[in-house]
Amino acid sequence: MPASMVRIDGVTKRFPGQASPALHDLDAEIHGGRVTGLVGPDGAGKTTLIRLISGLLVPDVGAITVAGFDAATEADAIHAIAGYMPQKFGLYEDLSVLENLNLYADLRGLTGAARRETFDRLLAFTDLARFTGRLSGALSGGMKQKLGLACALIRKPRLLLLDEPSVGVDPISRRELWRMVEDLVDDGIAVIWSTAYLDEAEKCESVLLLNEGELLFDGPPGELSARVAGRSFHLTGVSGRRRAVLARALDRDGVIDGVVQGRNLRLVLGEGADAPDPADLVAGDGAGIEQVPPRFEDAFVDALGGGPGGRSALAARMQPVTGGDDVVVEATGLTKRFGSFTAAQDITFSIRRGEVFGLLGPNGAGKSTTFKMLCGLLQPTRGTARVTGLDLKTASSKARGRIGYMAQKFSLYGMLSVRQNLDFFSGVYGLTGRRRRERIDGMVETFGLTPHLDTTADDLPLGFKQRLALSCAVMHDPAVLFLDEPTSGVDPLTRREFWTHINGMVEKGITVMVTTHFMDEAEYCDRIALIYRSREIATGSPDDLKESVRGAALPDPTLEDAFIALVRAVDADESEAA
Amino acid sequence: MNRQRPRRLKALIVKETLQVFRDPSSILIAFVLPLILLFLFGYGVSLDANEIDIGLALEDTSPEAHNLAVAFTNSRFFDVRVARDRRAFVDDLVAGDIRGIVVVPADFSARLKYQGDAAPIQVIADGTQPNTANFVQNYVQGVWSNWRQQRRLERGETAAPAIALESRYWFNEELESRNFLVPGSVAIVMTLIGTLLTALVIAREWERGTMEAIMATPVGTLELLAGKIVPYFALGMMAMAVCTIIAIGLFGVPFRGSVWALSAVSAAFLCPALGLGYLISAATRNQFVASQMALFAGFLPAMLLSGFIFEISSMPAAIQAITHVIPARYFVSSLHTLFLAGDIWPLLLPNVAVMLAIGALFLGLAVRNTRKRLD
Repeated sequence: MPASMVRIDGVTKRFPGQASPALHDLDAEIHGGRVTGLVGPDGAGKTTLIRLISGLLVPDVGAITVAGFDAATEADAIHAIAGYMPQKFGLYEDLSVLENLNLYADLRGLTGAARRETFDRLLAFTDLARFTGRLSGALSGGMKQKLGLACALIRKPRLLLLDEPSVGVDPISRRELWRMVEDLVDDGIAVIWSTAYLDEAEKCESVLLLNEGELLFDGPPGELSARVAGRSFHLTGVSGRRRAVLARALDRDGVIDGVVQGRNLRLVLGEGADAPDPADLVAGDGAGIEQVPPRFEDAFVDALGGGPGGRSALAARMQPVTGGDDVVVEATGLTKRFGSFTAAQDITFSIRRGEVFGLLGPNGAGKSTTFKMLCGLLQPTRGTARVTGLDLKTASSKARGRIGYMAQKFSLYGMLSVRQNLDFFSGVYGLTGRRRRERIDGMVETFGLTPHLDTTADDLPLGFKQRLALSCAVMHDPAVLFLDEPTSGVDPLTRREFWTHINGMVEKGITVMVTTHFMDEAEYCDRIALIYRSREIATGSPDDLKESVRGAALPDPTLEDAFIALVRAVDADESEAA
Repeated sequence: MNRQRPRRLKALIVKETLQVFRDPSSILIAFVLPLILLFLFGYGVSLDANEIDIGLALEDTSPEAHNLAVAFTNSRFFDVRVARDRRAFVDDLVAGDIRGIVVVPADFSARLKYQGDAAPIQVIADGTQPNTANFVQNYVQGVWSNWRQQRRLERGETAAPAIALESRYWFNEELESRNFLVPGSVAIVMTLIGTLLTALVIAREWERGTMEAIMATPVGTLELLAGKIVPYFALGMMAMAVCTIIAIGLFGVPFRGSVWALSAVSAAFLCPALGLGYLISAATRNQFVASQMALFAGFLPAMLLSGFIFEISSMPAAIQAITHVIPARYFVSSLHTLFLAGDIWPLLLPNVAVMLAIGALFLGLAVRNTRKRLD
């Protein structure tokens, strides 16, 4: 057993004005020489715990010791031995790379030859030596992340605290960071890595799984996954509509969780349940069912008591979209320039009716720009965007009437009540009279919003906030639904419920376009376009993309593998051309 | 550990200085805004009423009446239009084109002959602007009594009035409001830099998460505080120097005090200004709220309650009481003393003492509230 670095004893932390505590009666121990994942959705208490460990917050009840120092009373001693990278990396954006390093070196008292040597080592380690003069605000997400790490490592710490280091960073940089952190662990450093990505949890040696301030699990991730061993299945070779089959599967008693995964359906069974017969699910003649290794997320959903059923009350109310042209959304040579900067270049694709189309890419790659041009929020510099055959340039308001839009972080008016939000959005979409009343009442009934009608949107629980945002986006029966990072930071159950509604609407013929940086969410899509450095570098179904990179080195590539391989190929082409 | 302290402080100050010069918004608040304000108060705002537009209804055509009319047209206080009938001016007064009407009635010269000096003229002033209306009334009275005096002299009457008024203005001899406004506006500039800029930059560190990263290093709370106060103190003193040079060189405001007294007074004022900025940012941690609070708690009181534009002695007693806790009040009064009178220490010292006391209070609160904690 490696040495204990952090002891957490019965810690509770409550913030004024919040109904439930941010952390509740937490006991845990964190050891040196390994990466401990602090895993959970937004609001689970990850950041609070990291701040408590670093002595920046003081627990209401209980105590935390770091290397024998009490975090509440001996914070100075902890600051001397711990490196801390907060969210957004804690960099001064108007200082250069070297100036940031100098600042932290001075603050930590690193001078003379030791300082030069450390800088050389860290700059080589992070591959930032070429950029020392660049302002850190002008660095890419991945480079900021590395610089943030370098600043936290100026004095070799005994404990390294990383708060969501992989948010807004492309998968390649995520992998590089992971490799760097593993090097540190070999030197005996204790690393705490907080993340909302469940696939990252699987790579940690030990995991603290948090949900709404409660510790759900403490131990190696494999141990949690093992709880659902033999209960994860792939339903393969489904012909016909996969999402209808999924809905049927989820409605069966023994099935506790199910998602679309490329062309397969992933199902998780309850304890002691038998695998469903593909024939019962009307999955088609070629369908088969096979056991697959469990994932951390399967076990998380199981630990939370299973996902929601497969039926969407919302979708049941929606008008089916039929007839008209088969191609609903069409992008032709879309290009957007901001001054000399090209944010999106020559983006071309078309989305058929009833298809779920994903835009995948790191922050700043051009996803949002493309997305905004397609829903008429940005005027393209060149190229055309059409929705249901209407050109967004010439028939923009008519086209927009056919679009439902849900912005990041739920575009609700936080100070307005649920009823006022519904009234407002129905008015904005031009609903009047009886139709307006009917639609509002319908949404309230469908989503069980009645007890919350007078609650302000800010005070709603996350799940209800999401339902309200979705109601507001679909009240006017749109033909196309645009979703901008709809489930980022949301717990898996809320996300399941969201996708149940989306799947149900897709079955009704509604077309969905979604941006995401979750690889597993990208697998829910029928087709995805990879956006990288303002260009569309690949388009196809998740399985086609995986297939395109399969080879001796990658016999069974994941979507992330495919993403990285495709991006590397672009980078290689570019450096050849240069 | 203690040997590290100066190095850490220096690092924080260097960082802050680099940021000021790289961030366009700091440059805007520290240099551009002060210049705009200074020019606005130097050129744009004047409390003197010169060449007020009035109408002179000359209903009497006698030589005496004409003589009086010439006295009005020659006055530098009035811009006079003349008509034969008072009714000609009513529309102009309603439209606000003129601020008053002086009526010389048809029986003016007749009454002048019989009643001597008691011959009446009528003054109608536009009461919508009470200040200007007062000016019109007083200036008319001035012109009128001058004219009568003149007449007596012409007629060789030596019966001088019992009291001869010889007015002389001290300190601001030409009664230029610019000499009064420009030094006062320096106080506004210093409030902007000391309170608004400081509050904004610290709130920005909270918003961007850099404050959190810095707090997790071995830096001490006093170093954190000093690392902010020192650079903005220096910036404030620099802005002060620039403003003083412009005030004297460009606007020709007299400067009768000494440079070192001015420095001492400015340094004393920066204590409460910076302390307030620091307190605001620590309380809000949000740039938008911090800027609103800084405007409300720093800028507006400095503008309205410091005696910079509005005379404190003519405010209601309750408001006058409030002005005693506004640091800018003492600074404005000290600046007036230094620019227009000189190093009058019996006046300056109490002001400096009060500013330092308020500053000590704010900075003390700031030290107490600065813990390396997020809650």
